[in-house]
Amino acid sequence: MMDKNLFYKAKRSLNLSTWLTHSILILLAFAMLFPFYWMLVTVFRPAQEVFSGSFHWLPQTFIGLENFHTALSQAPLLQVMINGVIVCIGVLVVQIVTSVPFAWALGKYRFPGKSVLFSIVLLGLCVPIQVPAIPLFLGLAQVDMLDTYFSLMFPFFLSVFAIFLFRQAFKSFPEDIIQAARLDGMSDFSILWRIVVPANKPVIAAFSVFSITAHWNDLYWPLIVITSEEMMTPPLGMASFADPAIGANFGALMAAATLITAPIMLIYTLMQKQFIQGVTNTGVK
Amino acid sequence: MSTSNVLKMPGLASIPIRRRKSKFDTIALWFVLPASVLMLATLLLPIVVVFILSFTNYELGNLEFSFIGFENYVRLFQDSQYWKSLWQTLQYALIVVPGSVLLGLFLALLVQSVQRGRKFYQFLFFLPVTATLVAMATVWKYLLHGTIGPVNHLLQSLGFQSIEFFGDPNLVLFSLSIIGIWQLAGFNMVLFIAGLMAIPQDMYDAARMDGADRPLDRLFNVTLPLLSPTMLFVIVTSSITAVKVFDTVAVLTQGGPQGGSDVILYSIYLEGFQYLRTGNAAAMTVTFLMLILVMSWVQTKIIDKKVHYS
Repeated sequence: MMDKNLFYKAKRSLNLSTWLTHSILILLAFAMLFPFYWMLVTVFRPAQEVFSGSFHWLPQTFIGLENFHTALSQAPLLQVMINGVIVCIGVLVVQIVTSVPFAWALGKYRFPGKSVLFSIVLLGLCVPIQVPAIPLFLGLAQVDMLDTYFSLMFPFFLSVFAIFLFRQAFKSFPEDIIQAARLDGMSDFSILWRIVVPANKPVIAAFSVFSITAHWNDLYWPLIVITSEEMMTPPLGMASFADPAIGANFGALMAAATLITAPIMLIYTLMQKQFIQGVTNTGVK
Repeated sequence: MSTSNVLKMPGLASIPIRRRKSKFDTIALWFVLPASVLMLATLLLPIVVVFILSFTNYELGNLEFSFIGFENYVRLFQDSQYWKSLWQTLQYALIVVPGSVLLGLFLALLVQSVQRGRKFYQFLFFLPVTATLVAMATVWKYLLHGTIGPVNHLLQSLGFQSIEFFGDPNLVLFSLSIIGIWQLAGFNMVLFIAGLMAIPQDMYDAARMDGADRPLDRLFNVTLPLLSPTMLFVIVTSSITAVKVFDTVAVLTQGGPQGGSDVILYSIYLEGFQYLRTGNAAAMTVTFLMLILVMSWVQTKIIDKKVHYS
């Protein structure tokens, strides 16, 4: 039934099957987004309503920002989010500064060991953080750097994914522009940062949103290296606040969840194109 | 355009390019140096060390350790707990992969079939992918709560018994899979949409000429066969994502109840960083790495094949 119009850029007029398709899509979207809806309405419910055994679409008593106050006073959420911002920006800056020249060299220059380095990049793409985690932890413990911003960021300074993406983009950078810049006396270094990088802003933006999302959301590594509350990242703050031992105050928990997901949701809303591009770049091409 | 033509003229600007390419560019070595140092420190060396540690009896905090050969591996293979976590990870993947791939495909087909609002629907369905999973896991904990969760309210109003989604060891993996599918479907949808857009319109026109008039005929005779490379790719990436399940387990169930949600990464985490048996955890990490590498190898084969297609 809903297949009638599938794959055909046919009728402009809204016929029955188009309406059906849209209704199914809206129904599915509603189901997929229900967790977000439920999170937001629970924030404005009083505790007794949350624990009453009945279902209501909207809060029966609207309690304003009380749950936010509770969440913010019981968990260091602001500190946790500031930590998240510091880590994400620190990681991203080092990733870009190191991977851009690396990718440029792989894409445009000849030098010994080039193919070996590229193979390592491809290998690195398959290796999740859990694999080097134990030695990295031991190393950081050795230099007494556990429970610091540096320990949170260090394993992610190298992004093989950035190198891979940038290399693909840089490879097709027109040779004649490089030659013209050389004739003008520009150094290879400034050609890269003043001509190539500005020309490749879209791919760098796509990588940036990918990187920020990944490290804002990461739980495994912070869980291992962070022990003090004031160093916690957003997922860690959330996890410790949600610890079943504390007992579930779902109103405050939903308020915390809202605060922690909000920054990424905002970036996603503003930069949807870059997000989608980042996904498509992971493989299909 | 004109400059590139000039450069292609024989004997003109092509000479400096060729001369430059005939020798090594030393500046390139400076370009690769910083990332190479990081590569050594955060990727290569740690992998070597993890292999070495897996042959030792090192325990975190101890000063001494000795090499014990394959003892850790032998013990792992005899350890029923370890096999249980492997098996449960596989079970989780066996629900999440088909679920998220089929839902992703269904969403992609629906979104691509409408003229208006494609970007909007895509935006909505992709939202769960970006949301912080740890935070959304707590939302799911409430949604699926045994007594006050709205899903159980719905079940009760339909006349069913309410379900302890996270309290029943036989059900907990399934409950975690729901969250896994919810998070992954939008990601797969985006990959499928890219695959769908790559199918040339003439294929449909040709199929129509050959008498494939009904939309379902076209779906099964044109779309799905041409989408099969994308399909394989999505299946493999979803499988890799699924075997890496950790966040929801760590936040919601801690492997419980009664070990019912013990999965590979969670047991590696416990072994290495809670029980501090580093050597053993390293051996588990090595087996996990092998699993991921085999899956990635399959993935590369698929990508190669796809390049061959086009």
